[in-house]
Amino acid sequence: MSILLIAIAAVVVNNFVLTYFVGICPFIGVSKKIDAALSMGIAVTFVMTLTSIVTWFITDLILVRLNMPYLEYVAYIVVIAALVQLVEMFIKKTSPALYKALGIYLPLITTNCAVLFVALLQAMRNYNFIQATVFGFSAGVGFAVAIVIMAGIREQIEIADVPKPFRGAAITLITASILALAFMGFSGLIAA
Amino acid sequence: MADKSILAEFTKGFGKENPTFVQVLGMCPTLAVTSSVANGLGMGLATLFVLFFSVLMTALIKKVVPDGVRIAVYTVVIATFVTIADLFMRAYVPPLSKALGPYVPLIVVNCIILGRIEAFTTKNPIGASLVDALGMGAGFTTSLLVIGAVREILGSGQLLGHQILGPGFHPLLVMILPPGAFLTLGILMAVFNAVKNRETVVVVGGN
Repeated sequence: MSILLIAIAAVVVNNFVLTYFVGICPFIGVSKKIDAALSMGIAVTFVMTLTSIVTWFITDLILVRLNMPYLEYVAYIVVIAALVQLVEMFIKKTSPALYKALGIYLPLITTNCAVLFVALLQAMRNYNFIQATVFGFSAGVGFAVAIVIMAGIREQIEIADVPKPFRGAAITLITASILALAFMGFSGLIAA
Repeated sequence: MADKSILAEFTKGFGKENPTFVQVLGMCPTLAVTSSVANGLGMGLATLFVLFFSVLMTALIKKVVPDGVRIAVYTVVIATFVTIADLFMRAYVPPLSKALGPYVPLIVVNCIILGRIEAFTTKNPIGASLVDALGMGAGFTTSLLVIGAVREILGSGQLLGHQILGPGFHPLLVMILPPGAFLTLGILMAVFNAVKNRETVVVVGGN
């Protein structure tokens, strides 16, 4: 049950983009077309799941055991950068089609703060291995859901007559505000 | 002439190259911690500290860092200064540290810092880079202050914890909740665009 709760909380109730404001840069930058948004969502979900797993090992087996929690941030960011590089090489070798679909979005994930946030939160909340894995995956799915919905709305805004000062990032943020308001409706789902 | 250009390096962070309203960088802390003026100020100053010292350090080592690994090296430099800032805040201003929570370590991936290092420090001498860092950091802090002030006044009728709107004012709770953050930033950005466009028009008219 608690695993299910973690998953639901990460996907809709505490959606990473709309409640924690992490991953806003790609959320605004890569949400113009639905298929690009979907590719980005899948890539981020993939990296987030792996990051959550690897940083769980790093935190529990190395940092805690050697009593070096002050190296946390440095260790996480190095792990994420290496991981993204590794994933990129792996996908390039095994599935050129997927590599082509993800394109330039893969290396950009290193600076996606949502990925670092997953690592920090799972360490802060002392999740066990399975919880950390589920958390990483669901947070990624939540990001994908948000960015795809946003892309769907933006394809419509594209043909609307938006006042000049609001064009670009401004109208996107106001749209995100309404989206966040809608997602607040989920907050009643988890009372405990 | 030299003085003038230094002043220009500093002030561009507030106006035409403002990191928040013009470059749309560093959105995560901008939205997440601006529910009050005090939090916005704390985050702005912490970012300014990290930006200044990361720029100083990278300006000193940029000649010896191989091009292929520079991003990784710079990121580790930034992460080190973020750790220093985090430990300092935990020790001396625990309430602020608690309010900002996991958003302090997220300064590591704040694109303003790596962006300034990549776009400015690697191409300019150390003095200009430091002025640029101060200007950008101060511009960022100012943006956070403005957003924080709007949200705190509308959301709770207070400013820095002092009640400034009368008892007849009904707080708009949504302003300190996540949707209010998006809304405030979106509208302020539109206002900034409108003012900027008007200035351009005036310049054109003057010619």
